[in-house]
Order: sequence, then structure tokens, then C-alpha cells
Amino acid sequence: MLVLAIDTSTPAISAALCRVNAEGVEPIAEVATVDARAHGELLAPQIREVLGETPPARLAAVVAGTGPGPFTGLRVGLVTAVSMAQALGRPTYGVCSLDGIGAQTSGRVLVATDARRKEIYWARYVDGTRVGDPAVGHPADVAAGLADVTRAAGDGAFRYADVLGLAPQPPRYPSLPALVELAADRIRAGAPSEALTPLYLRRPDAVVPAARKAVLP
Amino acid sequence: MTATSEPLVLGIETSCDETGVGIVRGRTLLADEVASSVDEHARFGGVVPEVASRAHLEAIVPTMERALRAAGVAISDVDAIAVTAGPGLAGALLVGVAAAKGYAIAADKPVYGVNHLAAHVAVDTLEHGELPDRCIALLVSGGHSSLLLVDDLARGVVPLGATIDDAAGEAYDKVARLLGLPFPGGPPIDRAARDGDRGAIAFPRGLTAARDQAEHRFDFSFSGLKTAVARWVEARERAGEAVPLADVAASFQEAVCDVLVAKAIDACRAQDADTLVIGGGVAANSRLRALAQERCDRHGIAVRVPRPKLCTDNGAMVAALGTHLVAAGVPASPLDLPANSALPITTVSV
Repeated sequence: MLVLAIDTSTPAISAALCRVNAEGVEPIAEVATVDARAHGELLAPQIREVLGETPPARLAAVVAGTGPGPFTGLRVGLVTAVSMAQALGRPTYGVCSLDGIGAQTSGRVLVATDARRKEIYWARYVDGTRVGDPAVGHPADVAAGLADVTRAAGDGAFRYADVLGLAPQPPRYPSLPALVELAADRIRAGAPSEALTPLYLRRPDAVVPAARKAVLP
Repeated sequence: MTATSEPLVLGIETSCDETGVGIVRGRTLLADEVASSVDEHARFGGVVPEVASRAHLEAIVPTMERALRAAGVAISDVDAIAVTAGPGLAGALLVGVAAAKGYAIAADKPVYGVNHLAAHVAVDTLEHGELPDRCIALLVSGGHSSLLLVDDLARGVVPLGATIDDAAGEAYDKVARLLGLPFPGGPPIDRAARDGDRGAIAFPRGLTAARDQAEHRFDFSFSGLKTAVARWVEARERAGEAVPLADVAASFQEAVCDVLVAKAIDACRAQDADTLVIGGGVAANSRLRALAQERCDRHGIAVRVPRPKLCTDNGAMVAALGTHLVAAGVPASPLDLPANSALPITTVSV
């Protein structure tokens, strides 16, 4: 079964075409571009590139990283996934984007990506499996609460290595074959399509206005 | 051209707080579905961009589903997918543009990134047929107040003037707020004004003085009007007097509509255009429609205003412009088409 995978939760704009069969997940074509400000422009051409000669109608499903990630870029990937799936009449499956990094690690690891505003999106992994829900916070606060973690992976680990006090290790960005692997059972079973709910982890910045200001002196 | 050979175009609009999907064949409207997040913005007194963007992502698939069902077509049937590429809220636009590309890749269709303001002009063709060879368009909404010269919509539009500060709809929102009326301010002020005296208070008409004509003949300014209303209301409150809501609403509305119509007619005469097209959310205002009709009749100018549902943001207007571009043989946009919050009106399609 051919599956399109998309992740736009980090500065890496990623698209991949993978084959899923009983043995596992095989990447056929993969393109990733690191540019924090071009998700809207680059994702679609990259999808066309990884599809190559493969007609989109041959796709069995679309898998997308649901974040957490900076909102605008994250939405580009999710809306592209749901619109393609709707046009094709195929299911979508969502996977936490941090798992695309954490699944590639072993031991007790902090996985962190850049949340901007000097914060990170993060989660703990033990031998590649996430422990608890992803969260957002200041790197210093996160580090203080993670006594048993010995390593850190992901873009946030590289950006905040000093504050975290942990040597950063790859992968820096989510691996799409890893995301597909985490959805593989659902894909093989033909599980019902899932709503791709973005993991924003922050509320919109919006303030209810105070009483109006006087205009007369 | 037979009915079935006319281009069938899907239009997607997400530039502000409405998620719109429209389907048009030639000049025939087949579907116009809109999901609005306006209720989520009301307590903030204005559209919150991030709230709007989140709502677009949730609404796009169900709105598309409803539009396809209403039109009785599949995405594979359409000739092209048109989407608002700008101007508008950057994050909101991007949801629609990315969705359009997703549909386009999956169904192997060309995508047209189009100008929101040009779409507001094009939508009138669904109701009143082809545009004349030359017309003036007055576009008034919460985000825009522009006068445009339109000769050939597919080829380009000439901007004559625009607001130099607040948009007309923005002035309505701000005045509604200071009068204790809900957001968006247009409908409640329009309602309150019905019982008021339009001549009760002489509020200022921005950029209509003789000294402004050299530089700002076709520009608008509503910021001073808003402040004038605030000062007038505050002075009454300080004096312990009741604020005559209906008179303030009617006098404010008259000031806005008077300037809009006067400058639009001046533009028609200056450009030798005998047709005025009015679009945008404020075009749903009853006083603007009545005053434009009354004064244009006097000058022998034909007024074209789409029905209110087509004046506010919707996908049908994007599809209407799309069919126009396809029929005119305009090339499609590249797949790396960006959303451009400041897309100039001179760019009708990207």
C-alpha cells in the first residue's frame, strides 16, 4: 500500500511516499527542506516531487504529523493532508510529530522542538516510546524537572543545548518513515479515518478589550 | 458556448473569518457554502487572526463537502480550483491556499491564486451578467475601502483610491463598540439608524475638503469620523445627558455613505464610466444601497450591487473570478503560489 506522509511541525518541510506492507515501511521518495518561513510555498511542490509518476489515486492513506509545532506552518501540513484525502476519498491518520524523532532514540531521552518565544515543545521517551503527553515550556524549567533523562534529541535540543545541559543527538527533525511506522497497524487494518487535530498546546493570543479610552481631555 | 462547455470552477475563500467554498459554471452559481467564525471573535471586538485560522482548518473539509453536494459535482469534474491568495490575514489565507493546492494535486487540476478584491467585483456577474467594457468598483468591507477602475477584470484593475486609515467596516465596528452595540457593527448600526435622524449631527466627511482634492480625491479616511463620534458621545455622557443612539447611528452612517457614494460617482464621471459596482460586506448596508441608487439615478449611472449574501466574503466570488480567468485563457498559478497578505489590486491572479 502506498502512503503519503507529511510533517510541517518544525522548520523542516517534509513530504514522503512510503510503501507499507506486512514486513514494514519502506520509503520510496522523501524530500525535506529546512525553511521556517516557506511551508506554504514549498510543501505542495515537494508532494508532487515525491509522487513523481505515481498517480495520487494509488495512495491508500495520508499520514500527517499533528505537531506540536508553530501554528501557521503546522496547519499547512494538516490542511494539505485533509484536502488531498478528501479529494481522493482516502483516510487520514495522525501521529504526534515528536514521536517521529523519539521513535528513533533509545534509553531515556528528552525530545524537544522549537516552540518560538524561547520555549520548546517536548516529551520524554524511554527506549523510543513516549511517556506522557507532549507539552510546551521554557527549556530551563523542562530540564529542571527531568532528572533521569541523559540525552536530548530534536531541533529544540540543538537550539537549547546549553540551557538543557544535555548533549544534542539526531534526529533533529521528525522522520516520516517513523511516523508512517507508528500508523502502519491502522493503515494495514483500514482503520477509520481520523480527524487531524493539531496539537497547538497554546491558546490564541487574544485579549478581551478593556473599557474604552476617553477621547476628550 | 454551450452551457456544458463553460468552465466549472471551485472557489475557496479564507482571507478573514469566513470559510467559503463556491462552485460556479460559467456565470451560473451552483453552490455557495460559508462557515463563519464571527461568533468566536465577537467578545474580542474584532477578528482575532489565530482564532480565524484555527476555524478555517476545522471548517474547510465539511464546507467543501456541503458545496460539492449542493452543486452535485465531484472535485474530479471541475476545470480549475481558484483560491484567494490575498489580500487578507496571512495565516488565514494560508489555510485556503494550502487546501487549494491539496485538492489540486489530488485531483490533478490547475490552481488559480486570485485577488480577493477583484473577486468581490467578479461576483456581481453571477447576478447581473457580464461587466460593461468599463466600470468603477467601490469595495467596502471591514478590511478594505477602495475605488477601482475595471476595464477587463482578467487583465487587471487600476486602483484609483483607498482608505488612508480605517476601512469603512472598521469604523462601523469601532462606533458600534462605543455605542454599546455588538460586533460586527454594520448590521446593528444599520438597524438603529432606521429610527434616527440622519441630519441630527453634522459629523465630518473625511477627505472631502477642497485642499484634499489634489492628493486624495478618490481616497477615504474614517478615523477622524470615528473620533468625532466618540467625542460627541463622550461630551453628552459627561454632561449627564442621554445619548440619542438612533440619531448618532443615523448621522454616523450618513457621513460614511455620503462620502463613499460621492467619491464613487466622482470617479465614474472622471473616468467616463456609466456603471458602478459595489461589493464587500458594507455593500449589504441598506443606507449605502439606497443612497447609491438615488444619486446614481440622478447622474445616469447604473448601480450594480449583488444580493447581501454575495457581498460578504464567500467562495462563490472566488469561483466567479476563476471562471472568468479560465475563459480568458489566463495561465494558472505555480504550485509554490504564496499567500500574500498585501497582494496589490493590480495583481488579479498570481
